[in-house]
Amino acid sequence: MAKDKFEEALKKLEELVKKMESGDLALEDSLKAFEEGIRLIRFCTGKLDEAERRVEILLKDDRGDIVPAPFPQDEGDAIR
Amino acid sequence: MQDVWTVSQLSEHIKALLEARFEAIWVEGEVSNLRRPASGHSYFTLKDDRSQIRAVIFRSAQKLPFDLEDGLHIACRARITVYTPRGDYQLIIDRVEPRGLGALQKAFEQLKAKLQAEGLFDEGHKKPIPFLPKRIGVITSPTGAVIRDILQVTGRRFPAVSILIAPVRVQGPEAPPEIIKAIDVLQKQRDVDVIILARGGGSLEDLHPFNTEEVARAVFRSPIPIVSAVGHETDFTVTDFVADLRAPTPSAAAEMVVPSREQLCRQIDGSYWRLLYVQRRLAARRRERVAEATRRLKSPDRILSDFRMILDDHLDKLTLSMNRTFAGRSQDLRYLKTRLAQAGPGDRIEKSRMIVAHRQEQLVAGMRNRLKENRHAMDRHRIALQNLSPLGVLQRGYSITRRLPEGTIVKNVAILAAGDHINVQVALGNIRARVEDVL
Repeated sequence: MAKDKFEEALKKLEELVKKMESGDLALEDSLKAFEEGIRLIRFCTGKLDEAERRVEILLKDDRGDIVPAPFPQDEGDAIR
Repeated sequence: MQDVWTVSQLSEHIKALLEARFEAIWVEGEVSNLRRPASGHSYFTLKDDRSQIRAVIFRSAQKLPFDLEDGLHIACRARITVYTPRGDYQLIIDRVEPRGLGALQKAFEQLKAKLQAEGLFDEGHKKPIPFLPKRIGVITSPTGAVIRDILQVTGRRFPAVSILIAPVRVQGPEAPPEIIKAIDVLQKQRDVDVIILARGGGSLEDLHPFNTEEVARAVFRSPIPIVSAVGHETDFTVTDFVADLRAPTPSAAAEMVVPSREQLCRQIDGSYWRLLYVQRRLAARRRERVAEATRRLKSPDRILSDFRMILDDHLDKLTLSMNRTFAGRSQDLRYLKTRLAQAGPGDRIEKSRMIVAHRQEQLVAGMRNRLKENRHAMDRHRIALQNLSPLGVLQRGYSITRRLPEGTIVKNVAILAAGDHINVQVALGNIRARVEDVL
């Protein structure tokens, strides 16, 4: 299972902010860290902004294969 | 149809009819009269409250999920055979399912123990579920509250996550194979990175598919992690134990699998502001340090004049202090000189000489007086002594009488008796006498 990119980015961001707050960084390093932090924030926000939701259900099609089909999200008794 | 059947003919006919008609049926009833002879086959009677039928399970049949006991309620897949020589019929059973609480509970406990011993429940086998899944596979009934709840919770928490439903029956004997197939099919679907296996509450019998060995092993084998949410919060099925994560309810499963988008947004926002704040503060602090350094940096002239001022100041102080000291010392000196003069040795010596001479005179005069006095005293003593001398007295005619032989001087005649000898001393000579009488 591939490592969750979002989770990684989030963790990295937290560590980075902590490092900057501790005040141990030299001038150049803190500028680099700031840039990296902004980049991570953009990436994470991008993931969160994806609004599209897909709900599907596996059905046997005419050929007998099992394929995903859209699932209506009202009370859910459309498929039996 | 014949008019008159022989017994064998009838029996054969009955056998053909029954065996054809009842080739594969499911029968349920209670076990009684269970016998297990050395052959390993199990013979018993399957009965209900009004009827009974003989049954056998051959050793070669599918291994039972639990041990048979008298009194257990079971369901069996069987066929009828007719044994014509004896004219009786019986069930030949090839599969047994538990029915009724006793059998079901037993089956559950035995299976749980068996799989646990094999290590299927071990923490080490449990796979982590992804923090933010791309696509969730949901194996459950396509109708009812369970799927509705899962869709609602995921929709609320994080709409962007995709759901793919694999519809199955969730109770009854057809459920286990459908569930196993669904797990299999989902493996092949694109992007599915976690599976929720869910069904609502029910009796032990209803939940039975989730207590079967086949379903348990399929869940264990699945490369995609599976979250099990079967029954009520207090129900635990074998599937729950073998799954990678157990949720008490389907909604809880949805919550565990999907993070809250709102919370994540807040967290990221927070990070953003903290980053900004820290950066600004660092920049401000650096600017401040530069300004400070600049302030403290002075032109060389100013430095020199500063130093000059300091030197002058020191010089003044030094001079003042020296003068004060000097004045003080002079005064001391004068004072001492005066005292010295007053106490001069020349004066002293003269004074001493005078005193000594004076003392000497006094001494001499004193001695002379003393001597004169002594001489006078001595003359007086001589005269007195002369007057007191007994010899002088004697010359005036007195005498000293002594008793002999002791020589005691007689002052009182009482100490004498007639006849005592005495000595009388006069100025010139002594008289030896004898007392004649005392008066």
